[in-house]
Formats: sequence, C-alpha cells, structure tokens
Amino acid sequence: MSKSREKKTIAPYSTLPKTPTGIAGLDEITGGGLPKGRPTLLCGEAGSGKSLMSIEFIVRGALEFNEPGVFMAFEERADELAMNVASLGFDLDKLRAQKKIKVDHVHIERSEIEETGDYDLDGLFIRLGHAIDSIGAKRVVLDTIENLFSGLANQGILRAELRRLFHWLKGKGVTAIITGERGEGKLTRQGLEEYVSDCVILLDHRVIDQISTRRLRIVKYRGSLHGTNEYPFLIDKDGISVLPVTSLHLSKEVQTARISSGIAGVDQMLGGRGFFRGSSILVSGTAGTGKTSIAAYFAAETCRRGERCIYFSFEESPKQIIRNMRSIGLEVQPYMDKGLLAFHASRPTLYGLEMHLVAMHKHIRQFKPHAVVLDPITNLVTIGPIGDVKSMLIRLLDFLMEEQITVMFTALSLNTVVNEQTDEGVSSLVDAWLLVRDIEFNGERNRGMYVMKSRGMKHSNQVREFIITDEGLSLVDVYLGPEGILTGSAREAEQLKDNTGIALRNYALGRKDREISRKRKVLESKISSLQTEFESVEEELNKVYMEEELKKEMIDKSRRELMRMRREHGTPPEEKKHAKRSGKK
Amino acid sequence: MMVKSTAKKWELRLYVAGKTLKSVTALTNLQKYCEEHLKGQYVIEVIDLLEKPQLAEGDQIFAIPTLVRKVPEPIRKIIGDLSNEEKVLVGLNIRPAQ
Repeated sequence: MSKSREKKTIAPYSTLPKTPTGIAGLDEITGGGLPKGRPTLLCGEAGSGKSLMSIEFIVRGALEFNEPGVFMAFEERADELAMNVASLGFDLDKLRAQKKIKVDHVHIERSEIEETGDYDLDGLFIRLGHAIDSIGAKRVVLDTIENLFSGLANQGILRAELRRLFHWLKGKGVTAIITGERGEGKLTRQGLEEYVSDCVILLDHRVIDQISTRRLRIVKYRGSLHGTNEYPFLIDKDGISVLPVTSLHLSKEVQTARISSGIAGVDQMLGGRGFFRGSSILVSGTAGTGKTSIAAYFAAETCRRGERCIYFSFEESPKQIIRNMRSIGLEVQPYMDKGLLAFHASRPTLYGLEMHLVAMHKHIRQFKPHAVVLDPITNLVTIGPIGDVKSMLIRLLDFLMEEQITVMFTALSLNTVVNEQTDEGVSSLVDAWLLVRDIEFNGERNRGMYVMKSRGMKHSNQVREFIITDEGLSLVDVYLGPEGILTGSAREAEQLKDNTGIALRNYALGRKDREISRKRKVLESKISSLQTEFESVEEELNKVYMEEELKKEMIDKSRRELMRMRREHGTPPEEKKHAKRSGKK
Repeated sequence: MMVKSTAKKWELRLYVAGKTLKSVTALTNLQKYCEEHLKGQYVIEVIDLLEKPQLAEGDQIFAIPTLVRKVPEPIRKIIGDLSNEEKVLVGLNIRPAQ
C-alpha cells in the first residue's frame, strides 16, 4: 500500500496532488480537493457543520472514490454518528459492515483518569494505525481532537504528542481532516493551526437579522491556488453544498436564437420574435399588475416547446399558482406531470440570501432547466439589504448565463415613478425589461405595458394595454386620443365616440348631396321654363314675320297679278327674288 | 503475578507499547505498590499494544502507559509512569483522597 502511495506522490504532477472531497462545490473552490496525504484543519464554532462536513468527506470517499476512511470520534459515539448521517441518506452501518468505513469512538472522561508521571499518546497512534491498516484507509478524520485537552491535564505532553501525531499522519500518507473548535482571537481554541499548516478551512455560522447563514473560507492552502472569499454553504438532505460565488468571467457564449414569451403581443413588441435564449428578463410592476401571470405564461411556453423550467416562488405555493393560472385559462399541471415544470416554493425568510442562492444553484444543477423563473425577487429584500440582494442576483445571473439558461425575474415596484425604480438594481443587469404599470383613469384601474429596454433587438416604444381575461393574457393597442392615453372602458367609449362621429359625418354628407341635387333640379326646371318662354317669344316673333311675309307675298302676288294683267303688253321677272326669301325663313 | 481467590480481589491491567523506559518504570512502580499495599489480593495483566493493537479500543486506551483497574468497579484509569505513589494509591482507591 505504501508503495502505491509513494508512486502517486512522485507522479508527474506539476501541482500539489489533491484528494477530491466529493462535496458539491468544495472541490471547485479548492481547485480539486484537499491536499493529498496531508492533514487539513477544519475549524469553526459549535454547530457550524464541522463534523458533518468531515463525515461527508469520509462517506463520499468510500462511496464515490473507493477510498476507505477512518472516522475517529472524540465526541460522539458510533451509533450517534450513524444516526446523524442517516438524515443525509448515508447508511453508515452498512459501510462499516462492508469495511469501507471504520468509526472509532475515543472516550475521554476526566473523572475516570488520574495522571501520574510521564506518558505519551502511543495508545492513540496504535489505535489509529490499527484502524487504518485494518481497512486500508486513505482518509482519516479526527473529530475533534481538542477534546484531549479537556481530558488530560499535562498540556506540555499533549502538544508535543499532537505535533508528533500530525507528522505521523503525513508519514502514513493518509488525507486527514482534523476538526477544531473556534477560539477567541485565533482559529482554534488550542492553537491547532500551529501544527496543521498545509490547509486550513474555516466554517462560520452567522445570524444576521435572525437569519442564519453558513459560510466557509479557506484560510490557507499551502502550495495551491484557492478561492479566498467566504462561500456560503448549505446543509440539506443531500449533504453539504458549497457555492463558489464570484466566478464572474463575463466571457460566456451568447445566443441569437429567440424564444417566445408565451404572449403573442409581447413577442410582437420585441420585434415579433420574443426574447433571446439565455437572456435575462425583468418584469416589474406594482401590485396586482399580472407579473406572476406573465411569468407563468413564460414558464408554460417553455414547457410547451418541450423544454424544462423551474419556477422559484417566494410568495405563493405551487398549488396556489396552478389554481390561479387555471382561472386565466392556463393549465400547467400537465407539464408538471410530464416532469417539464418544477416548482420550488420557499419563504424568503426561510434562510439567508446566500442559502437561497445555494438552494437555487442546487435545484438548477439537478433539474438542468432551459428557463428559470424567480417570482418575485423583491421579497428577498426582506431578508437582506439591497446591496446584498443585488450581489446575490448578479451571481445567480452569472451562473445562469454560464449555463445558457433564460431567466425571468418579477419585481414589485412600490412607486409608479419609472425613474425611481431600480428594482434592486438588477434593471441594469438584465437584457430585457418589461414594465407593467397601472393606469388609473376615469374611476378604473387598467394595466399598461411597456418594453423599457431590450438589448440587441428592435422593440416597440408603444404602451400597450395589458388585458387579463378568462382566456388568457393579451395586449391591445391603447387609444391615443386628444386627451392622452385612454385605456379600459374609456378607450372603448372613445372608440364608440369615434364611430358615432363617422355616422354623423356620413349623414351630413348625404344631406348636402341631396340639397345639391335638389338645387340642380330647381335650376334645371328654371332653365326649361325660360327656354319655353323663349320659344313662345320666338314663335310670336316668327308669327309676326310670317304674317308680314304673307302680307308682302299677297301684296306681291296681287301686284304681279296686276302687272300680269297689265303685261298683256310687257313682263318684268321680279317674282323669283321674293320667293327665295320666304323659303329661307 | 499471583492469583489468590480472595473476596476482595484486585484486577489490574497495564497497557504498554513495547519495552520503553516509561513502560518498564510503570510496571516496576506498580508491582512495588501492590506488594506493599495489596499483597496477595491482586492480579496484574500486562498488555503490549504493539502485539495486540485491537485491544486498545475496548478499554478506551489512548495514552501509554495506562493502568486500568477492572475490579473492583468502577473502572479507574491512571496514565503515566506511576511515579507518584500517593496519586496512584488514591487513584486506585487504595487510600482515600485527602
């Protein structure tokens, strides 16, 4: 065994060889795990999760990395330990039976012990060595060795022996965790950090505003790069998950694919094609403006495409949301049954901001959704200052972008003055911002929707009226009348008024037309009567003329008669001229 | 080592790890006190943990040398080379504490 270990240490590693802990997130922060073959000090106050983290190190080692481990407990008995980790789903007794884990409880009771003269801790070394050899352990936990200090009076011997113990552990080539209680002004009460100098991890359990947050910090890690921040961690039914918080690279891939918002009108406002995939969308508005409905539509639309969606609700329970959405014609239950939609409802005050973040991280990693809805982020302010909420949301956004997950936040705005709304400061971070606003007018309240911003796409600058009906959500163009924007019944009234105006105008036009035609008729009749008059005058004139003509003719005739009678002697040819004239008339 | 079937028998067990100076001193001291105060009423069993490491767990041994008084009950432990006679005698309840 020692041969193979030696081989590993001289393997061509450019950096320190590491032992993965298997604890979610911790290996990322430490860049691969704890220093292999060396002891690590894990310190923290009572109840900060030291024992749990160390036992998880052992159990995961046995289960996931096939590295047997020895857990030497100075505080709890083996059966107590088994019970403690059973809540995390680990069957310690089974692992013990399989010889993958050995638990050795070291019981030290001061009242039973008398010290006289010189001694050493060889007994402990022998026990530990025996335990390690009996199962071929590669991992060792000493939890917490400081109990020796309360059990033994001779501190001089103890300190010397502890120094020897850690050397001995290194010599054994086991990766060890030594836990220690946090002391005043130093990392551990007994100054264990003096002996363990390779890697020190500090656990912290803070309560701010009655909400507790567990944090972890790597105080030192000799020979390795590591995250230096405080990282929140969560203990839940699956063990510990640590969240690497600030990994802002801003180097993520971007997508140009578009996805529908689930509401045709909104898509239309966004250039007709909806949001970018993997973008972040903020829907803000005052209370009761339908933010949750928009979010639910978006979630349902995601599922309708056959993609997965997680809905984090901080206000309503899943059942409430399902019921409420049913009332506007949206059925989400089938998507839940198909496993496409998952609800996670939790009160913001359930745990601290960081814990929420860790919990969301965990759910997102497990479910691998394409879209995430947070409804509403405003409630998180109740558990932390705005600055903290913002930094948490930045980290969440960053994580989601990295994973190419589209996210929709809803936020409650308390005032209606747009400029004052920063919505926890995320409005500058999000890619698209829809604002739903109350428009109070004429004794009723209506909803108007704007696209405040939408990066990288053409979007409408128009206010649309946002209507929630039994059949769902829809957007209609608001009425822009002379009196300004009109919505709701005022809009309808104005439209009616418009229609009336058109009818009236049409009527007026008809009347004018008719009058004109009547006038024309009058004129025409006048013209015809004048004409008739003229005709009669003309006739009269003609009659006079004819009479004169006739008279003249008669005179002529009679003259000619006379002349003919006289011509019995000579004939003048004047007759023809008179005849011609009469013919013309 | 002597075994005597007396009503008030003392069963003592001394845990050592090899023949170190401390172990030898402890055993010598113990034998001396027992001869003086418990003559004929005691048994001393010496266990070398280098040979039987599995026995360390049973008696909760972590320090070497450790003297365990198995009988009479309750179990008492004295760790160290037993150089202080007074402490050993009080510890074993042979002499009441002052």
